[in-house]
Parts: sequence; structure tokens; C-alpha cells
Amino acid sequence: MATVTYDHVTKRFDTVVAVNDFNLEIPDKEFLVLVGPSGCGKSTALRLLAGLEEITEGDIYIGDRLVNHVPAKDRDIAMVFQSYALYPHMSVYDNMAFGLTLRKVPKEEIDRRVREAAQILGIEDLLKRKPRQLSGGQRQRVALGRAMVRDPAAFLLDEPLSNLDAKLRVQTRAELSKLHQRLGTTFIYVTHDQVEAMTMATRIAVMKDGLLQQVGAPQDLYDRPENVFVAGFIGSPAMNFFQARVKGQREEMHLDIDSFQVPVPASWLDDLLPYGGKEVIFGMRPENICDPECQPCSTEAAPVTAMVDVTEVMGSEIFLHLVADGKAFMARVDPRCRARPGQEIRVEFDMARMHVFDPETEEAIGSREKR
Amino acid sequence: MVGRRWWTPWLWLAPALALLGVFLVYPVVDTVRRSFLDERSKSFVGLDNYRFIIDNPQPLVSDTHSALLNNIMWLTLFTGITVALGLILAVLTGRVRYEAAAKSSIFIPMAISFVAAAVIWRFMYEFNTDIGTVNAAVTSAGGESTDWLRDTGSPQTWLTERGPDTMPRPIQINNLALIFVGVWMWTGFAMVVLSAGLKGISTEVLEAARVDGANEWQIFRRIIVPILSPTIVVVATTLVIQGLKKFDLVWVMTGGRAKTDVVATLFYKEAFRVGDFGVGAALAVVLLLWVLPIMVISIRRFQFQEETR
Repeated sequence: MATVTYDHVTKRFDTVVAVNDFNLEIPDKEFLVLVGPSGCGKSTALRLLAGLEEITEGDIYIGDRLVNHVPAKDRDIAMVFQSYALYPHMSVYDNMAFGLTLRKVPKEEIDRRVREAAQILGIEDLLKRKPRQLSGGQRQRVALGRAMVRDPAAFLLDEPLSNLDAKLRVQTRAELSKLHQRLGTTFIYVTHDQVEAMTMATRIAVMKDGLLQQVGAPQDLYDRPENVFVAGFIGSPAMNFFQARVKGQREEMHLDIDSFQVPVPASWLDDLLPYGGKEVIFGMRPENICDPECQPCSTEAAPVTAMVDVTEVMGSEIFLHLVADGKAFMARVDPRCRARPGQEIRVEFDMARMHVFDPETEEAIGSREKR
Repeated sequence: MVGRRWWTPWLWLAPALALLGVFLVYPVVDTVRRSFLDERSKSFVGLDNYRFIIDNPQPLVSDTHSALLNNIMWLTLFTGITVALGLILAVLTGRVRYEAAAKSSIFIPMAISFVAAAVIWRFMYEFNTDIGTVNAAVTSAGGESTDWLRDTGSPQTWLTERGPDTMPRPIQINNLALIFVGVWMWTGFAMVVLSAGLKGISTEVLEAARVDGANEWQIFRRIIVPILSPTIVVVATTLVIQGLKKFDLVWVMTGGRAKTDVVATLFYKEAFRVGDFGVGAALAVVLLLWVLPIMVISIRRFQFQEETR
């Protein structure tokens, strides 16, 4: 049980900066998910904490202990790898017991802990088997068990679900959350899948090109992304972005997006005043674009005419691929909607839920509360 | 299969079987037959030739005991040291920047013909320090020149006062010097094969062990060696067979003099120098019986691996 602190941590491989001035404090018992596209440095950040890579600059603390020069074996952390990395020549039991035998834990104590972990994970019947005799899901459990018996200060998980099939992944996601509640240990979880991040995390840290973009609770990240990257990365299907120009004085202020115009809600006027006549990036999530014929928007609806390009029926909802004057965007609407490909329809943008970003810094415009 | 006569496969096999019969089966059977006959292969002498090997009546001409003991030494020391060195070098070369260069230089002896290597090392071990590099090194370090290939382990002043004479009899400097050349030649092979096996171990497994609390030695001992054990067995069997059959190095460097004979050199001597085909054949059979179980084990193992693939 411990807090984990990254203090201005940088990692360079020759000329490549994998992790750039990374600052993050992870409180005890938190389930923190590091998410980002591949090559963003999230795995490196985790490996730095595990002691598998050397830190170039900065400090890492586990609890109050500075661990920069502590070897991996003495850091009191456990790690679950993407490939599970089970010892192929050992039985499941020995795989789980290995870390404890190295620490010279008494035999009875090892036995008790291994059996307890096996029971929690439902792998009691597999203890005598070798890893090659197990299915992917079972191996994944053994890898978790091997980490659990150690009772570590922190659990590090590096994309542990990416080798499982889709159904098992969904199931294991919930089980991991349950396990986290039960163990009450700090979990640090690396994934490129924003769905995994959203569903399991206490807090999410989004990374890109070695830089930390934003840290926050899942809903907070979703509702109030601080820049274009986070807005586009969190949420599926992704947020629609439009190049827009702020036009008109106060009451008639609107965003001009070539093919259509949308009025700026009264609450946003002050924020967008300095951008009068300038370019901005206008963002709108697909679920905030609706088809008024089946499910009207809020009071701040702005009508837009668009051509239906493709429809994707998901059962519980329909994804409409729309085109307005060459500009493609997506809407997520109720399955009762009757839109068909090739048809021209009128959709509504829910302007109360709009996002605006500065095109140069890509940072969000407007005060936090409004977004 | 439909429309195929039973003898078709045999037809295709026939040339290979004929060649095997002439060059393998017939010599083996004939050797076994001759081992029960006298020196001219004329009359039946029962187990006399085998009794000769066990009783060792002419230790000065053909010392069968020392040949058998030397072979055991080749078997154990040559195999053991080569596997151990190969394993250590495989791990170490895997960690250096100039891995390819390091590996090539260690592997080069393997590419030299055994006779050529034997000649090279005969010069290396030469008593005269103008020729013998080893002795030149020893004397320049303040030691005394040693006749490496003739030295049977009498007291040495160049190592320590009570050095080699405390060794048990069959362990002679000259035998160790010969075995060293064998090790020098074969370490590259062991290293290359083991290093290929080592590359097959996922780095995540080693990292998992590190995070689990293992130090480098524990990782080597409890993760790397067990995972590599099938490869180690393959290398060891190859080397055991090499060690048992060893002829070329010994023949060229010492000709089996000064108690350096191994079974292979001794049976050649008996059959073609002394002219006693009976004893020669009996020694060959002993060697065959020695190699056989190892061959069987390695073939079984190979079949087992094929099945479990």
C-alpha cells in the first residue's frame, strides 16, 4: 500500500524522448489508468516505475522512498505483462510461489497465500498444470495470481487484456475492478484502449508523445477535455471537429463553418468575444447531434442540413455518417430514426454541449465550469 | 493408398538400404565377429580379447586401462567444461554491443580442420619457448617451461611445489592439455546453439522474474537454465559423442604416447600398427557399446520432441 509519485521524470533513449517531464501523484488505493496511442510513452512510464528502465532525469517515489536507484527486485511492486510472461517450465503453483520462495517466506505461508489467491481467481484446479496447458484467459489469471500473492505496494499492469478475445476482455474488465476493490492496493494500468480506461479507472492520465495531456476522473475527462487530443481520444465514436470562424457581434455571434452556421449560446459570448473574426476549432460529440424527428435536442438546438452517407446499425443506437458540403461528421441517434443513405436530413447540434479549441495551442477555450 | 503395390516404398528405399548395408551394417557385424577371433581373424578365441582389455597385460605397449580412463575424462571434462563455457559465453556475449564480433571470434576454431588445429596446438605446447607460445607465456611470467604433451604429472616447479603430483594418476597435464584443445574447438558450437536458445526466451519472462525479486544469478539458475535444458541436452549429447569418438586431436598431437591414448586411437593402433585385429575389434565394440545408449537416448528425445510439437 503506497502512494506513487513521478516528479519531473524524463526518459531518453539516445535521441528519442520517450517520457518528457512527467509529473503525477497517484494516491494510495487508486486505480490509475495511463492511456494513449501506441508509442506515447505510457509503457515506458510504467517500466520506469518497475525499475526495468533507468530514469534519465527526475525522481520516482514509492511511498516516501526514493526508488531511482533501487533495483526492480527490491521495489516491492508486482507487474502483470501483456504476454503474461509465465515461467514456462514451472507449474501454476510454482509460478505463483516463485516470488515468495525467493523472499524465503515459510512453506506453509506460501501454500496458504497461493491457495487463497487461486480461490479468489477461480484457478484452484489448475495449480498443477504447466502454462502451455492453459487457455489465454487462464494464463492471464495466473499472471494476476502471481502478482497478488506477493501483496505488493503497487500493482503494475501493462496491457493485460489485449491478448484476450473481445468477450473475455469485457468480463475480465469487471473482474479487475472487483479485484481492485477487494485488494485495496494501488493499481497502475497501461492501455491504449480508452474503453478500458473509462470503465475501470478512478482517474485517467492521457499521454501523447511522452507528454502528459490531462489527468482526471473518467467522466471529467469526457465532459471537459482540456485539448483537442484528449477530446478526440476519449469517447467512441470520436468527437467531430470543424474548422470554424467566429463571426458577428454579441447577439448575432455565430460560428461559420463554410457550409453551415451555428449560433453561439449566450453563456459562451464572453469567452468567444476575443476570438471575433478568428479561426477556432469547434467540437461536437456524436451523441449531441440529434435527429429532431425522433428525438429532439435540448433548447439550444442549432439546425444543420446534411446528407446521409452511411448508416451503422448497432441495435441500441445508429451511427449516421453525415456529409454537409464535403465536410464529414458523425451522429449517434436513436434506433427509431428513419434516416437512409443518400437521403438529405435535418439534424440538430446541441450547442449547450459544444467544445471550442484554440487552433494554435489546441487548448480548450472557455472556463471549466461551462464545459 | 489406392492402387499402390506393397513393394513400391521398398523400391525407393532400396538404394539407401543397400548403401547402409554395405557401409554400416556389414562393418559393424564384421567388427563384432572379429572381436571374438584371434589377431589374424582365423580361430575363435571366445572372450579373450575382452579379457585383454580388462586385464591390461601389456601396459607399456597398449595401455587399455589408461585409454578407458582417458575416455571417461574426455567424456566428463570435455563435455562439462564445453557446455559450461558455452552457456556462460552465450549469456555474456548476448549482453555486449559487439555481440556478432565476439561470437564470430569464439566460433572461428570450429571452422578450422581438426588436424590443422592439432598441428597449431602442437606448436603452441612446444617445449622450446622460441616456438611454444604457451611456454613463452609461462616463462615470461617467471615460470619454467613444461613439455605439455609428454608431461604425465610429475612434480612441477612452475605451478606450485606440490602441484600436479597430488592429482590422481589418470589426471595428467598432457591429457588436460589435449582436452583443452577440444574445448577450444567446440566452445563456439555450444555457445552458438545455446545462444539461439537464449534468444528464444522472452525478455518479459526475465523481467517478470526481476520484478518478482530474483537477482541475476537466481534468474540464470532458476529461469534461464531450466528453460534452456532441452537445448543443453542436445548440445551435451553431441559433445559426449564427440568426446567418446575423439581420435584426430590425440593422434596428431601425441599419437597416444605418454598415456594419452583414448579408445579410438588404441583400437587403430592395435588393429593397424600392432596388427592384432581381435583386440582392435574388441576395443571398437566397447566404444560402440558406450556410444549406443547415448544415441538411443538422444533419438528417443528427438522423437518425443517431434511428437509434442
